[in-house]
Formats: sequence, C-alpha cells, structure tokens
Amino acid sequence: MKPSPFQYHVPLTVDDAVTILNNVAPDDGHILAGGQSLVPTMAYRMANPAHLVDINRVAGVDSVGVDNGHLSIGCLVRHAAFETPVIDGPIGDLLPKVCHHIAHYPIRRRGTFCGSLAHADPASEWCLVATTLNAIIELRSVRGTRMVAADDFFEGMMSTARAENEMLVSVRLPLMKETERFGFFEFSRRAGDFGLTMVLAVYELAGGSIVNPRIGLGGVEDRPSRNAAAEQILAGSAPSDAVFVAAAEAASASVEPMEDIHAPASYRRHLVKAGVLSALRQTVQ
Amino acid sequence: MSESLVDISLTINETEYRVSVEPRYTLADVIRHQCGLTGTHLGCEHGVCGTCNVLVDGEPVRACLMFAIQAQGAKIRTVEGLSQGDTLHALQQAFMDHHALQCGFCTPGFLMLLTGALETNPDLTDAELRDVLSSNLCRCTGYQNIILAARAGADRMKQLTSPMPETATLRPADA
Ligand SMILES: Cc1cc2nc3c(=O)[nH]c(=O)nc-3n(C[C@H](O)[C@H](O)[C@H](O)COP(=O)(O)OP(=O)(O)OC[C@H]3O[C@@H](n4cnc5c(N)ncnc54)[C@H](O)[C@@H]3O)c2cc1C
Ligand code: FES
Ligand code: FES
Repeated sequence: MKPSPFQYHVPLTVDDAVTILNNVAPDDGHILAGGQSLVPTMAYRMANPAHLVDINRVAGVDSVGVDNGHLSIGCLVRHAAFETPVIDGPIGDLLPKVCHHIAHYPIRRRGTFCGSLAHADPASEWCLVATTLNAIIELRSVRGTRMVAADDFFEGMMSTARAENEMLVSVRLPLMKETERFGFFEFSRRAGDFGLTMVLAVYELAGGSIVNPRIGLGGVEDRPSRNAAAEQILAGSAPSDAVFVAAAEAASASVEPMEDIHAPASYRRHLVKAGVLSALRQTVQ
Repeated sequence: MSESLVDISLTINETEYRVSVEPRYTLADVIRHQCGLTGTHLGCEHGVCGTCNVLVDGEPVRACLMFAIQAQGAKIRTVEGLSQGDTLHALQQAFMDHHALQCGFCTPGFLMLLTGALETNPDLTDAELRDVLSSNLCRCTGYQNIILAARAGADRMKQLTSPMPETATLRPADA
C-alpha cells in the first residue's frame, strides 16, 4: 500500500529538529532517519504519522569519532559505515562482523545505527551491541540533554525510555581493551533476515582467567539483555570448552524466549545454547 | 489533497524533471508515474524484494523506502540510464549472454544493485557478489545464471575502465 498523508519538515540543525519535534510530537509527529523501518510500517498503514521530521539534512551528525574512551556515533551514521573497521582494535573488528548480518546492501546504505536503537526491534543487531557493551544513549529535547544507559533505554518490544519529544542525537560505545575478546553468533533463515537468536560474547582475559564477561542475547526475549547465569559461570574461570558448555546450558535454562510465527519458544531456547557455545568458542579461535 | 502538493525537481539520468508531489509519494512512484520512467519496478513496496533499486548519489537504495521529496538535489540513476545509445551496459549484456532473466521483472533492480556495488568496489569477490545479490528476489531464474552474469559483467566492467590493456605494460626489455 501507499503511506498516508503527512506534513513534512526538513530541519538543517539539531536545535531546529528538536524544536520542530517538540511542536509536532503531541500531534503524532516522528523523526524520519533512514526510513528503513518507518517507511515499510507506513506502507502497511501500521503507522500513520501526521508529521515527519526528516533529519537527513541535519549538519554535523553523520560521523563516528573517539571521545573520552568512547566511540561516538552520530544519528546520521548509516549501517554501511561499519562494513569495514572504523577504528583499530577489538571494537573496530567487532562492528563489521555484526553489521554484515543487518538486512541487505541497499538497506545498509540508508538505515542508521541510532535509528535501530530508537526503533528497538528485539532482533536488532545494534540494540544487542548497545546492551552488551553498555552503550550510553544521548537524548536531546528542548529542555536539554540526558544520557541514558542502554540497560535503562530498552523497555520492551519496540519500546524505549525515549520521550516522544526527544531526539536520539548520538550513541557512545565504550572502546574495548586490547585484551578483550569477542564472539558473535546469529541464526536467521535467509541472509539479511532478522535473526531468530543472536549472541554477543565479550570478556577480558587477565592472568589466564575470564574477567568482566558479558553475554548479550538478542531476538530471544522482548528486548536485548545480558545473561547473568552464563556470566556468573564464566567469571573467574579459565576459558575451556567445559566452562563454555556450562555457560551455554545455564543461559538456555534461564531465558524466557518469545514465541512467534517463526519459531516456538523451545526452538529459541535451543538456539541460545548453540549460540552461546558458538560465540564463546570463537573467543579462543 | 491538492493543497499539499509541493513543486520539486529531480535529476534522473542527468535530465531534470519538475514535478508536483505530496510528501508521501515514494521516489519509486514518482519515477514511474510522474517522470514516466517505468523501468523501475515495484514488487513488495516494503523493502524486501529490491526490484525498485535505483542509484541515489551512486548508492543503490530501495526507491520504495524513500520519499521523492527527500531526493531533491541528488543524482538519481535508473535502468533507463545504463545503456549508451544502442550499446548495452556491460551488466545488461552479461544478463543477456548468460540468460539471467526469464520474465525480467526483477532485472532492473538487479542491474542497479550491481552497478552501484561494482562502481563502489570493482574488485568484489565471488562470495561478496553473492552476498550483494542476496539483497534482491527473483521468482524465475533460481539465481545461478544471475550469479554467472554478475561475475561476467563485473569482469567486463573492470576491463572497460582499466586505464590500459594489460599488454601495454610490457616493455620491450621485459618481453
Ligand atoms: C528488508 C529489511 C530487512 C531488515 N533487516 C534488519 C535486520 O536484519 N536487522 C536490523 O537490525 N534491522 C533490519 N532492518 C531495519 C533497518 O536496520 C532499519 O534501518 C533500522 O531498524 C531503523 O533505522 P532507520 O535509520 O532506517 O530508522 P527509521 O526507519 O527512519 O525510524 C525508525 C523509528 O525510529 C525513530 N527514529 C529514528 N531515528 C531517530 C532519532 N535519531 N531520534 C529519535 N527517533 C528516531 C523513528 O521515528 C521511527 O519510529 C531491515 C529493514 C528492511 C526493510
Ligand atoms: S518494491 Fe521496493 S523493495 Fe520491493
Ligand atoms: S526473471 Fe522473473 S522475477 Fe526474476
């Protein structure tokens, strides 16, 4: 179908975007970023916004920079920017590996990292990365700026702590240490489909033991989450297949997977086990 | 809704089109209905099939997921702009040679996808080409001939743009 009528606004600065958003948000006004989630929803007439604030011409928000130990990603940075490393070191290697699984080539040219976070699909790769790495999300409104930790940002299926008059201006990912290792697993039925289960495993290896393990799961529950059961088993242990298997089993037993047209809960539970094990094995390869 | 019409100008295949659009009109619909360039096809209208791919400033994008009003000032290319007179583009010729189409509905989308990806990176490996091709759907061919055509077209594009034929680098002393 065709999208229904809306009023179109095209601000050139963040301040103008935030001011317009503040005026139109109560009247069903929304931000248009890459449009790769919003426009399909409008074509289905599941979303019929009265106003769109197109941020594609806003200046100064299309770059990735390093700022105070963080990778800072502006709200117009497209998925495609991460197809090759944006920086040296583990996080530079991690992002392309994950990016490759997001949608398809043309969609990655338009869709934005920050738009994915705002959209908060439970199976979004960037939402999983943000949760696992403890990202900080910068929200701006006419009243000022606030910083929200990823853990507090994702509230449920496509629902976040962002108020309707707030614009997501940037996201900051903590840089990873050289001693940090990672593994990423995704299962989807076809290339480019949303994953039925994704796992991002990250830990530091210090004196032969696992320190600060983070096991992030995506596509399993209504929002991305860290898995405490698996992390507890890993913390302080030396990496070994026995420990990895125990962590994978603990993760699988502790999740409450979604059921949908694509898979029953039991299938996702199985994928969690296979995925945690696969992601952890990658850390020692 | 005539009061909501906005006059815009689009540059498609180096020709300027002046059109009046509602903001909700997608780039694909305006290219087809108002600019009369019906080579760009619409299948799913929600980003999945890729038959609407066009180049916007050199990048292949889904024309069904962009509003025409957003494309002002951009250089748009569609399948109509690929051939030069009667000479087909290397990819078009390769699709013909390798029988990479049956009904042809998906072909413009594949051609624009490949044109954009190969102009950005002329050295795509077989695996990378396959990955790019996974962006689009074809209901007829089973893809194998599209993969063959893409490889052949990519190699030919590289030949055509390489500054000198390889033999020219042989100096008499080396020969
Ligand atoms: C065929 C297809 C396959 C896909 N597969 C995947 C996949 O495998 N994994 C995946 O993660 N995604 C996938 N996507 C979605 C894609 O990644 C989107 O780009 C992404 O979800 C949203 O980013 P966007 O910039 O396109 O946002 P938009 O579509 O423009 O916006 C999405 C929502 O977020 C809001 N929003 C956007 N930016 C901001 C901001 N800066 N501040 C406040 N609100 C904002 C909008 O108002 C809207 O509600 C797919 C899309 C398609 C069409
Ligand atoms: S019509 Fe645009 S992707 Fe299918
Ligand atoms: S040739 Fe018929 S859909 Fe591809």
